[in-house]
Amino acid sequence: MTGQAVTDPYVRFASVQKSYDGEILVVKDLNLDIERGEFLTMLGPSGSGKTTCLMMLAGFEPATHGEIYLDQVPINNVAPHKRDIGMVFQNYALFPHMTVAENLRFPLQVRNMDKNEQESRVKRALDMVELGAFGGRRPAQLSGGQQQRVAVARALVFDPKLVLMDEPLGALDKQLREQMQYEIKHIHENLGVTVVYVTHDQSEALTMSNRIAVFNDGVIQQLAPPDALYEAPENAFVAQFIGENNTLTGKVSAVNGSTCTAETESGAITALAVNIGGVGSPTTMSLRPERVTVNPPEGQCPNLFDAHVKELIYLGDHVRTRMSVCGNDDFIVKIPNAAGHVHLSPGDDVKVGWQAEDCRALDMPA
Amino acid sequence: MAQAEITGDTMRTADGVPLKLALERALFRSRLRAVMLVLPLFAFLLVTFVLPIFDMLFRSVEDQIVADILPRTVVAIEAWDETSGDLPGEPVFEAIVKDMAEGRKNKTLGRVARRLNYEVSGAASLFRKSGRKAPKITQGPYREKLLKIDKRWKNLDLWNLIKREKGDFTASFFLAAADMQYQPDGSIGMRPENRQIYVHLFGRTLWLSGLITVLCLLLAYPVSYLLATLPLRSGNLLMILVLLPFWTSLLVRTTSWIALLQTQGVINSFLVGIGLIDDGDRLQLIHNQFGTIVAMTHILLPFMILPLYSVMKTIPPSYMRAARSLGATPFTAFVKVYMPNTVAGVGAGGILVFILAIGYYITPALVGGRTGTLISNFIASFISGSTQNWGLAAALGVMLLAIVLALYFLYDKIVGIDNMKLG
Ligand SMILES: Nc1ncnc2c1ncn2[C@@H]1O[C@H](COP(=O)(O)OP(=O)(O)O)[C@@H](O)[C@H]1O
Ligand SMILES: [Mg+2]
Repeated sequence: MTGQAVTDPYVRFASVQKSYDGEILVVKDLNLDIERGEFLTMLGPSGSGKTTCLMMLAGFEPATHGEIYLDQVPINNVAPHKRDIGMVFQNYALFPHMTVAENLRFPLQVRNMDKNEQESRVKRALDMVELGAFGGRRPAQLSGGQQQRVAVARALVFDPKLVLMDEPLGALDKQLREQMQYEIKHIHENLGVTVVYVTHDQSEALTMSNRIAVFNDGVIQQLAPPDALYEAPENAFVAQFIGENNTLTGKVSAVNGSTCTAETESGAITALAVNIGGVGSPTTMSLRPERVTVNPPEGQCPNLFDAHVKELIYLGDHVRTRMSVCGNDDFIVKIPNAAGHVHLSPGDDVKVGWQAEDCRALDMPA
Repeated sequence: MAQAEITGDTMRTADGVPLKLALERALFRSRLRAVMLVLPLFAFLLVTFVLPIFDMLFRSVEDQIVADILPRTVVAIEAWDETSGDLPGEPVFEAIVKDMAEGRKNKTLGRVARRLNYEVSGAASLFRKSGRKAPKITQGPYREKLLKIDKRWKNLDLWNLIKREKGDFTASFFLAAADMQYQPDGSIGMRPENRQIYVHLFGRTLWLSGLITVLCLLLAYPVSYLLATLPLRSGNLLMILVLLPFWTSLLVRTTSWIALLQTQGVINSFLVGIGLIDDGDRLQLIHNQFGTIVAMTHILLPFMILPLYSVMKTIPPSYMRAARSLGATPFTAFVKVYMPNTVAGVGAGGILVFILAIGYYITPALVGGRTGTLISNFIASFISGSTQNWGLAAALGVMLLAIVLALYFLYDKIVGIDNMKLG
């Protein structure tokens, strides 16, 4: 369940639990190995415990149970300022009374670094984020994107081996956010630091990460590289959280090897058996909208059902079509705007079909 | 549509009205409404705040009593040469006898007597005594008869004073407030050492206010920090404890300090009780400077806590965390990151407490004794006490105002008023 096994993990959460009030576990039995130089993203809805995990790693919140290792050393009892972990906060937490250069110099000063060394490092860090001319400004005199870069530069200027980022791009507008995603990604690649990144934005996670840990309700639902997460979600939560998905519910009626058959109101669906109980147990089947074919040629799809077109939304590169299929009124099909594609209009009755391996039979979400 | 078009070189709307004029008209109504809304408040401020200040400024230099009540004397004394060393001549004495008789009839003589007594002691009783007999002197020689009534009419200082103060304005109140006076030769000099009070008193007021401000800051800083960082519920409880004194009468708070600190009070009795001090030498904790400092620090503390709290509340906890993650020890993070961000609150609280302290009256009056009273207590005594002297009270008040304004100006230069945050 944890993706590839990691040998010699740089960061290791071993059975970590966390409760703030002694009643509710905010993090439930977290086991996570993070590789040296990896870009690992914790992705999950708000309140799922991502920040808490990051705070425990940074040392601002004690773990209620379990141990966290940094480079094989248990760090539960190491004070935050001795951990040498760079951190980028959601609202940047730049010190408003210091100039940009003073902000960058701060971690070097508290380390009593040589003055010349301080200057050259500050300069290098500013150049890295292309803010060389802004050293003398106050953070308040910078735009949101520039502040963001300063925050990143400050978290890196003292050469930490591990950098934590808690929704660092949350306050930026969409365009700037996408640009910063690439910049942070490039910095990570150039410096080779280990990054633990927190976000609730799945496209951000998919763009930037080596591996993604999907959080829900204090539990890692799946830990996998972006493509695996998208292509092969292991449970209903991940399937719905990552990308768009059609869900069909049914009851398992037969299991044969890697596939299974599930009974629905409108007939039997053949699906890939990923995460199901025995015969008779309920299942959620998840199917990507782009994997559905409208009016497929005869005999090509094991699953072929009647569909009633309800709504069309023209999106340029594709037409989003809402249909009613197997009792699901929100069944979405993406019809690519390619040469010779089918032209539909609301009210049409068509056939839709899909392959068994594109339809993943998963657990029932709680 | 009213579209702006250019005709000649002025911009005009579609109907040909100059654009500026049209804009002016459109804004006039809303401006008028705004002015009408603030007018009552403005009038209120004018009557209760601006006018009293100007009245005080005026009273500190105004002095028409001598000219009003001794009109004949003032005219007659013009002819007298004060440098000659001789007494004024017969016409001056005739004038003052008639003025005294009239002043006695109008019951105004006491006022001029008191005014002259500020600077020449004994003048009051001299005028009272002579005033009684003046109506009986109906013919000359006036000088001889008056000198027979009282020898003190020979005092040249008195005549000098009358001649100097015959005008409508005077500098003597300000001179007195600065411990200065006119010398017999008319020049200005310091009062004799043993009669200097106000400069010393101003010094004491500034020093005690500064000390109280610093003490308030030292006490308020940790409390405000706790208030701003505690979880909501316990924070609110603490806030109530801080505000509780605000809801209690000032007088009650001050008198409870008396109950605590007096020689037979709680603290002394406790110390005697545990045998730390003898019953014979109980500590003098009140009716001195110590009492003033303790009680005023306590009473002014909330004025320091609230601005500090309101500033600290806006400092995100992530600043401290960021500093820690960057490698700063908790102490360094606090000093280098947290404290500089509270400067606005320190400035606001400091200037608030200092200005309140510098003009504080009730508490030092009740617990200050002889060594712990402040300038405002003297001002108050000159307004209502037996030594009524509104001119001197006004002059002291103006000087106090000037000191506060100067400090305010200094603060603006150093810290910047814009940086001040009161809540
Ligand atoms: N300091 C705290 N005290 C009490 N509860 C907290 C605290 N911080 C977070 N929580 C709770 O822990 C849960 C997880 O929060 P968090 O880790 O911030 O989630 P995320 O970052 O994924 O949005 C939430 O239910 C939140 O209310
Ligand atoms: Mg969070």
